[in-house]
Amino acid sequence: MKSLAELQAIRNRMLEQVNMRKDDNIDTRVVVGMATCGIAAGARPVMLEFVEELKRRGLDNVTVAQTGCIGMCRLEPIVEVYVKDQEKVTYIHMTPEKVARVVNDHIVNGRPVDEYTIGAQG
Amino acid sequence: MDLIRSHVMVCGGTGCTSSNSAAVIAEFEKQLTAKGIDKEVKVVRTGCFGLCEAGPVCIVYPEGSFYAHVKVEDVERIVEEHLIKGRIVKDLLYKGAVKEDNTIKSLDKVDFYKKQKRVALRNCGVIDPENIDEYIAFDGYQALGKCLTEMTREDVIDVILKSGLRGRGGAGFPTGLKWKFAYNSQSEKKYVCCNADEGDPGAFMDRSVLEGDPHAVIEAMAIAGYAIGADQGYIYCRAEYPIAVKRMQIAIKQAREYGLLGKNIFGTDFSFDLDVRLGAGAFVCGEETALMTSIEGKRGEPRPRPPFPAVKGLFGQPTILNNVETYANVPQIINKGWEWFASMGTEKSKGTKVFALGGKINNTGLVEVPMGTTLREVIYDIGGGCPNGKKFKAAQTGGPSGGCIPASELDIEIDYDNLLAIGSMMGSGGMIVMDEDNCMVDIARFFLDFTVDESCGKCAPCRIGTKRMLEILERIVEGKGEDGDIEKLETLAETIKATALCGLGQTAPNPVLSTLKYYRHEYEAHIYEKRCPAGQCKALLNYKIDPDKCKGCTLCARQCPANCISGKVREPHVIDNSKCLKCGACMEKCKFGAISKG
Ligand SMILES: Cc1cc2nc3c(=O)[nH]c(=O)nc-3n(C[C@H](O)[C@H](O)[C@H](O)COP(=O)(O)O)c2cc1C
Ligand code: FES
Repeated sequence: MKSLAELQAIRNRMLEQVNMRKDDNIDTRVVVGMATCGIAAGARPVMLEFVEELKRRGLDNVTVAQTGCIGMCRLEPIVEVYVKDQEKVTYIHMTPEKVARVVNDHIVNGRPVDEYTIGAQG
Repeated sequence: MDLIRSHVMVCGGTGCTSSNSAAVIAEFEKQLTAKGIDKEVKVVRTGCFGLCEAGPVCIVYPEGSFYAHVKVEDVERIVEEHLIKGRIVKDLLYKGAVKEDNTIKSLDKVDFYKKQKRVALRNCGVIDPENIDEYIAFDGYQALGKCLTEMTREDVIDVILKSGLRGRGGAGFPTGLKWKFAYNSQSEKKYVCCNADEGDPGAFMDRSVLEGDPHAVIEAMAIAGYAIGADQGYIYCRAEYPIAVKRMQIAIKQAREYGLLGKNIFGTDFSFDLDVRLGAGAFVCGEETALMTSIEGKRGEPRPRPPFPAVKGLFGQPTILNNVETYANVPQIINKGWEWFASMGTEKSKGTKVFALGGKINNTGLVEVPMGTTLREVIYDIGGGCPNGKKFKAAQTGGPSGGCIPASELDIEIDYDNLLAIGSMMGSGGMIVMDEDNCMVDIARFFLDFTVDESCGKCAPCRIGTKRMLEILERIVEGKGEDGDIEKLETLAETIKATALCGLGQTAPNPVLSTLKYYRHEYEAHIYEKRCPAGQCKALLNYKIDPDKCKGCTLCARQCPANCISGKVREPHVIDNSKCLKCGACMEKCKFGAISKG
């Protein structure tokens, strides 16, 4: 170890891997419905795409979690986004292609993608 | 490891390892592979979570679900339900984490953790101790970097002094002051040592830090080396801690590979290296001068002080010795500032203290609380009280050098000075809880038996004096105590305290003195009434059958292994106490509550 910068580089590389264990710096949670209905409707690729996209953008203050059946199986895959101190937003009929926009518009820029939400489509 | 979305942290501490967490880890790996999700879920073996009683334990992130008593057969369900379908398996969760309405509490709200503050244990159960990168991700080695590149040696000592950090190994000596003394000693060669001997029976916090966060100790020792001007350190650890030793050795190797140990650390002219030295687990080798003699390869015997190690220690050179937990606090003090550390605790005892809770307590395990937390909070709020609804009688702290805190002192705020004032001491952090069934004379005998065994024999007061005290105590618990025994114990105790060579002898009488202080009546009952109030001392126990309650069912007579109960069917039975083994089997079996002991 020849410099602090070197240490910092290791730290940054590792942070995204361990961040989900640090409760205090999580601002946003993405929750994917992964019950039988969700999985059958294609929730897995959606979830994996979220993980990928967040990683690509280096967003280490966001976690991706799974949950069971939310009770609206016909609307699956359902994704709920919880931004700290804000009301949750529920997205329905999600596809991997829609993920990038949700991350960009909602999680990064704070503007939920209305047309994907349950309010617009349900 | 591209798409890791979930971490399964399985405890690999000594407690959970012995309840077979290794098999649980293997099963997780097998199941994840079988289900094809081994690339997105990572299994991490961590150090102790603290709740060893509930072991093997594991936490699944990001949900933070805390599973307890995880059996190999349970793993498939956790993988299938939780990791694939996202449904937390409630019936396998730690009991305290499920609320009455069947919703789940987050871990920091669980009773056991709610009042705790994890500083020394902050990484235990959170990182993989065998992966230096994880330590670095949790701010590891930042403090060392800061010291070497931004702070002078004097600055470092000053921060530690101002933080108010005191030694966690027993005596509570101010750490900064110790470092300053060693800094002031002029010498080409100096040493930094770590006391990981942990001889106090029942204590295991140092082991847990070494197992769960070994790099924190390495980092702190390097900081200490920089501060006092040493380039070599030794960790003295007992060979009975194989997991701790192995993890420490792995950690040292990784630190060397990264150049965090070795020459010119962080490109500066500071060089420092570390080695582990194994001890055979003698209690006296935890005493500082004996420890250093042992590292030198000689028989571990203490020597008189002064000269103090800061002047003349290991190999005759200025040396500092600190406890594992003391070191574990250091990097965070440097990172977060002395003000942060000094804001926790009481006026003269800053920060937190880790206790190994054991004995008659529901939640056996490791707890870390801010100094000044009351004993009541530790025993009831965190420890969950005594099992089976028994009454709390006393807590023993400080191990063989300490004393008992009686129920009347439950509201004492735990810190160095308060404990000393009531005749106990902080010690290294063993806390053994006793309930109404514990005989205090027998407890004193237990600890004295330990010190007699562990006395190195170099000085007469300790070698002979503690043996005489033990003989008297043995007599008392066997019902052969005589008038004057208590006074003899007191005289011996005072003499040994005043004249023994090292801390072992000087503190050995403490368990007797403190039980005499609070439970003198129990000693008196043993001696004068030949009675053990707690019903523990077998020689003083008599089982009796109440003829009015006995229905003559003969159950007890058939249970008795010594055949000492006689009587006709449907007539009251009697016990022949001269043949009775005091096993208690008859009393347990009697359906009419006719048998009593006393
Ligand atoms: C008989 C005896 C046993 C001791 N055992 C230990 C021990 O197991 N671990 C420990 O850290 N300190 C032990 N100590 C205290 C050490 O001598 C020393 O004070 C301590 O390691 C200094 O570190 P600290 O200032 O960080 O507490 C023992 C002392 C005596 C007299
Ligand atoms: S060893 Fe696993 S919780 Fe202590």
